[in-house]
Amino acid sequence: MQKAKISRHLSQRIAFGLFGLATVAVLIPVLFIIIQIIVNGAGTIDLQFLTQPPAQAGKAGGIFPAIVGTFYLMLGTVLFSLPVGILAGIYLAEYARDNRLTRLINMAILNLAGVPSIVYGLFGLGLFVLAFQFGMSLLAASLTLACQALAMIITTSREALLAVPREHREGSLAIGATKWQTVRYVVLPQALPGIVTGAILAICRAAGETAPILVVGAAFLLPGLPHSPFDQFMALAYHLYTVAAHVPGVPEGTMWGVALVLLGVVLSFNILATVIRLRVRRRRV
Amino acid sequence: MNVNYLLSADKKAPYDKVKLKTERVNLYYGSFQALRNITLDIPERAITAVIGPSGCGKSSFLRIFNRMNDLITGARVEGLVKIDDIPIYEDSIDVVELRKRVGMVFQKPNPFPMSVFENAAFGPRRHGKKSRSELEDIVKKSLQQAILWDEVKDKLDQPALALSGGQQQRLCIARVLAVEPEVILMDEPCSALDPVATLKIEDLMKSLAEDYTVVIVTHNMQQAARVSDMAAFIMMEEDRAGVLVEYGPTSQLFTNPRDKRTEDYITGRFG
Amino acid sequence: MLQRGASATAAEANAKRGLRRRRRLGEKFIESWIFLAGILAIVILLGIVILLLREGVPAFFYTSPWEFFLGTKWYPVSDPPTFGIMPFFVSTMMITLVATAIAVPIGVGCAAYLAEVASPKVRETVKPIIELLAGIPSVVMGFIGLMLLSPLVQSMFKLNTGLCGFTAAIMLSMMSLPIVVSVSEDALRAVPDEFRQAAYALGATKWETVRHVSIPAALSGITAAIMLGVGRAIGETMTVLMVAGGALAVPHSPTEPMMPMTAAIASGIGNAVRGGLQYQALFAIGLVLFIMTLAVNVIADRVLERQKRKFARS
Repeated sequence: MQKAKISRHLSQRIAFGLFGLATVAVLIPVLFIIIQIIVNGAGTIDLQFLTQPPAQAGKAGGIFPAIVGTFYLMLGTVLFSLPVGILAGIYLAEYARDNRLTRLINMAILNLAGVPSIVYGLFGLGLFVLAFQFGMSLLAASLTLACQALAMIITTSREALLAVPREHREGSLAIGATKWQTVRYVVLPQALPGIVTGAILAICRAAGETAPILVVGAAFLLPGLPHSPFDQFMALAYHLYTVAAHVPGVPEGTMWGVALVLLGVVLSFNILATVIRLRVRRRRV
Repeated sequence: MNVNYLLSADKKAPYDKVKLKTERVNLYYGSFQALRNITLDIPERAITAVIGPSGCGKSSFLRIFNRMNDLITGARVEGLVKIDDIPIYEDSIDVVELRKRVGMVFQKPNPFPMSVFENAAFGPRRHGKKSRSELEDIVKKSLQQAILWDEVKDKLDQPALALSGGQQQRLCIARVLAVEPEVILMDEPCSALDPVATLKIEDLMKSLAEDYTVVIVTHNMQQAARVSDMAAFIMMEEDRAGVLVEYGPTSQLFTNPRDKRTEDYITGRFG
Repeated sequence: MLQRGASATAAEANAKRGLRRRRRLGEKFIESWIFLAGILAIVILLGIVILLLREGVPAFFYTSPWEFFLGTKWYPVSDPPTFGIMPFFVSTMMITLVATAIAVPIGVGCAAYLAEVASPKVRETVKPIIELLAGIPSVVMGFIGLMLLSPLVQSMFKLNTGLCGFTAAIMLSMMSLPIVVSVSEDALRAVPDEFRQAAYALGATKWETVRHVSIPAALSGITAAIMLGVGRAIGETMTVLMVAGGALAVPHSPTEPMMPMTAAIASGIGNAVRGGLQYQALFAIGLVLFIMTLAVNVIADRVLERQKRKFARS
């Protein structure tokens, strides 16, 4: 009897120990990668790096145009995907009737969020670059990234709205508020943190995406900054890819520097979203 | 009390004016019939209780009067439902305006996650009232009517969710009163509250009945006996459709019920 | 009974007018925008499908599906060009398989730890860090793989180059981990506590409960999590582009350089003549990828719905 009891507890300790090990195995890569990038890249970051354009085919100089290009991309993505995405999320959560068509639409959007980014690149190429004749441009790239972000923003907005309990809607309607008034004044304020978090995550993903813009508009070395949405542009993600995989002789420090800047931009948005989510949860409780 | 009414199958009210009327109303959820052939008149400025075992359709019946069933896909009402002799299930009726006239308080208190003031001011704001002083007057008046003013007058800007259960429910009642309804529907308003809070709300109901038509659904028979003037007993038949078994003055229904089923329910033989 | 006099009827008419349907134009205006946005979303969805079909299906007029899917020669510039995607398909499958084999035990184990063993404080600390992992852009992961991992793999397996399927698989497994952990953990936490209580009440240890009650109950959710991880691995582009080696032959082992489908599209599309045969063939690969990830996501979604329904009763 004693022996059986001991081995039961032993197997529990082994099993849970392995689980804990698995958790550590998940955490170590993250921390290791981030630390490596910081350590290796920090030395390269200085004011010149951040504010000067590249020289000697990317082997020297700075990455200012890439930073600007990434910024423009994020702006464009926000512009084209945020209003439509949130409104579509409101439509699906509050107005669409519960029938087969709606369920199909919901499923389609969910799956669209999982489509490979290169496929979005092809879509952008076929539609915006060629069919609409925007050419390889900032506009085409922003629209392409916006389509990718759209699926995610619709899904997160919809889920944030659906999470608001039914009783609040009933309470509002039962005293003679209209449907839109109920959405605007009761449901939306409660769903806002979730919507904002989803939007931030979708936008920062746009900042880090390379495959679509590879196909649709990014360039490696441009003489100046883009002046119109129809110009080509540089971007941090594309710059990193090119200097790491295609340009020989780029000093390692430069590559790590680019990685650090890109990571810094993306992760700060990520952390912002997490902070918002946690603060709201704490306030609710 | 005016006991001037027919003791036959006609279920008419003993008071002068009928506020709400149903004639042979059937309620369906898709193909399932929830209520069958309900005919009754609800008098003005009185408390009418709808009692019956759980699941028999009392809440569904209540929601007929403010068309909250419309929110459920597949819900369908047949028959005539009238307020002040105006049929309300017609395309020409504005549902939003109807719900302003016929307010509802729910079983579980559901104040909005806003301040006490904002909860009470919500209805008037949506109906166009903007000036701060006007809103303050309305809020004060509703909170007084809901017998909550003294307890919250210093806490108007604090979150409504910080109030106790009973206070939250009275706030929900104040929220309804603020839009100046004519009818107040209450769906088991005390079932989520403790006995002390329950008694406070029952007193509130009685004072409200002087100005409003109050219809309450309750599974608590003693409460119905304490509070209501008229009582309607609804029960489920074999096919799970709810029917009106008996309707009359509360005192008569409880002391001398005409239908055996009513008597069985009142004496606790099932429930 | 109501007295029906003339004044009463007039009053009634007035009352009815008060209840009559209002115009509420402002409401309709806003609602029409919301509706339009919904339509636009649907249009874009359809647009993607239609475009892929329009540009990709013509590829099958040139290459028969048989040759396309089973052919092992992808020579777009030979005369005549041949488009067989076997090398890409096998590469995708091989990398995905290895990545999944690494990610599943670690991911599910981590999820089990977070859901069943860890204290809330530990969970609150660990989860944001895992989400940080999800936030690292794929090009950065590719970069790390290139700079740090591939030399390691090269020396460990004595290869000519560390840019091979195995390196890619390791990086991909890291990228799948967040979603595997997240969905598995949700699945385990969705198992009602009553099940666990019943087991404890019968004298089971925590581990026995997890093993015999929680995990079996959450199995469909965990399966869905694995499928979503697989979908992620199949669709990943930049990491494999930078690290998998880019060789055009059908690989025989993960330690060879290889080119999965996503990388094939990315590297080829720059040179392809618009509207030409290679262009169409690349779109056809895109179509295949789209269908594969669609299938994986739909199945995972169905499985999750079923699990949600299973526990909705309680």
